[in-house]
Amino acid sequence: MAALKHSLSVSVRKKVFPAVGMRSEILVLKDVAFKVDPGSFVVITGPSGCGKSTLLNIIAGLDHDFEGTIDFGEGGQQRFAYVFQTPRLLPWRTVYENIALALPPDDPRRANIPELIERVGLTEAVSAYPEMISLGMQRRVALARAFVLEPEFLLMDEPFVSLDDPTAQGLRELLVELWSRRPTTVLFVTHDRAEAVMLATRILRLSGGDASIIEDIPVSLSIADRSSRDKVLAEQRRVFGNT
Amino acid sequence: MLQAVKAPARRFKLGQVGWSLGSLVALVAVWELAALIAASRYMPGPLAVVEVMIREAQAGELWSNIAATLIRVAFSFVVAMFIGSAIGLALGRNPGVDKFFDTWLIFFLNLPALVIIVLCYIWFGLTEVAAITAVAVNKIPNVAVTMREGARSLSKDLEEMAQVYRLGWWKTLRHVTVPQLAPYFAASARSGLALVWKIVLVVEAFGRSDGVGHQLNIAFQLFDVPMILAYALAFIIVVQIIEMVILQPLMARANKWRR
Repeated sequence: MAALKHSLSVSVRKKVFPAVGMRSEILVLKDVAFKVDPGSFVVITGPSGCGKSTLLNIIAGLDHDFEGTIDFGEGGQQRFAYVFQTPRLLPWRTVYENIALALPPDDPRRANIPELIERVGLTEAVSAYPEMISLGMQRRVALARAFVLEPEFLLMDEPFVSLDDPTAQGLRELLVELWSRRPTTVLFVTHDRAEAVMLATRILRLSGGDASIIEDIPVSLSIADRSSRDKVLAEQRRVFGNT
Repeated sequence: MLQAVKAPARRFKLGQVGWSLGSLVALVAVWELAALIAASRYMPGPLAVVEVMIREAQAGELWSNIAATLIRVAFSFVVAMFIGSAIGLALGRNPGVDKFFDTWLIFFLNLPALVIIVLCYIWFGLTEVAAITAVAVNKIPNVAVTMREGARSLSKDLEEMAQVYRLGWWKTLRHVTVPQLAPYFAASARSGLALVWKIVLVVEAFGRSDGVGHQLNIAFQLFDVPMILAYALAFIIVVQIIEMVILQPLMARANKWRR
């Protein structure tokens, strides 16, 4: 198991969406700078439309049109996985094939696929096609596809939205379990405050409008505390106040 | 859960076969009736036509002509699909190029098949190459238009997924791009086959000395309607077999992931 040695440094001085037709240029991100330490679970939270997903896309290298720098450290860039807001599975490949997609045919990590599939509860669906399983299961597949790479960094963009509460909660617990088994540096975007507190070791709050970081708050819940509704709620009050 | 892993339902049900069979019998009945009413040697009934078909088949003429035509169909079909797909993808992926060549495409789409055939024979002589070129040029714009639509509809989401998971160009092509284009390719292949074999007959009638088209031309000069219908029928059967044995199973396989 590779030790986590890289930290991620993000510095976005300015990101604008160019003017389109009658709409003028929009300033999306302004002076967003932070460093993610190895092994931490950083949650970026803020109101809808404040540029969280844009920030993640910039970090993932999907959006190059910005001013600033993203630094994964030497070789770190090669070791990240991304879980999108929608599962983004290949509908014409089975659950198994989707999970194995990014691994070369002779990769030793393929040996871990059966155990991972069992852990995320997809054993009976391995040969099903994504359109034949529920959204919650599709999201498990997306999670497995990311974890099978044994990434050093994991970027997650509201991966549990549009699920009913128990399903989303189950997936969060699964994520905490996977994360505690295999050290991974996570950058997780959400607008859900309870989710933020339950998962994070550190929360970055982005302001609305031309988003910049307004607060940087450590979260000190133990793994066990994170599955307790009361403790999560208490921590949520501490972090976000009663607003 | 169990339902989720079950194999997709079979696409062909007995009911469908029954309907097809019934409709075929009705068609033959209408034909027979029309022949009875017309009572003319220019309107033979189904039996007379089948007789001619069997006679031609026994003489070997039928097979050699159908084979000659099928080879031309195969060649021009492959050439047209290949070049048409390449053009369609290039246009669909590059809006600038598309804007420029759109007018060209409309020009070739509306160029009558007969004009292309005549010009090919004039420019390249009465050769096999001219024949196949003429058929392919007729078909290429249709393939290009369909494939352009496919290329335009490629999912940005999946492209980004392929990028962040560093799939590389070959894996992206094989697992992400080609499956998205498959329905468009299948659509243009099916409509393509129907178009190509009709044009091949015209090309053969004009400037080849074998093939179904050539045979039809001779029959036309003799006003030999049973012969014309016999060849038409034989060829329809062959094309239907190709459709059922090759194209439909391929489509079913390509679509098995659909709900």
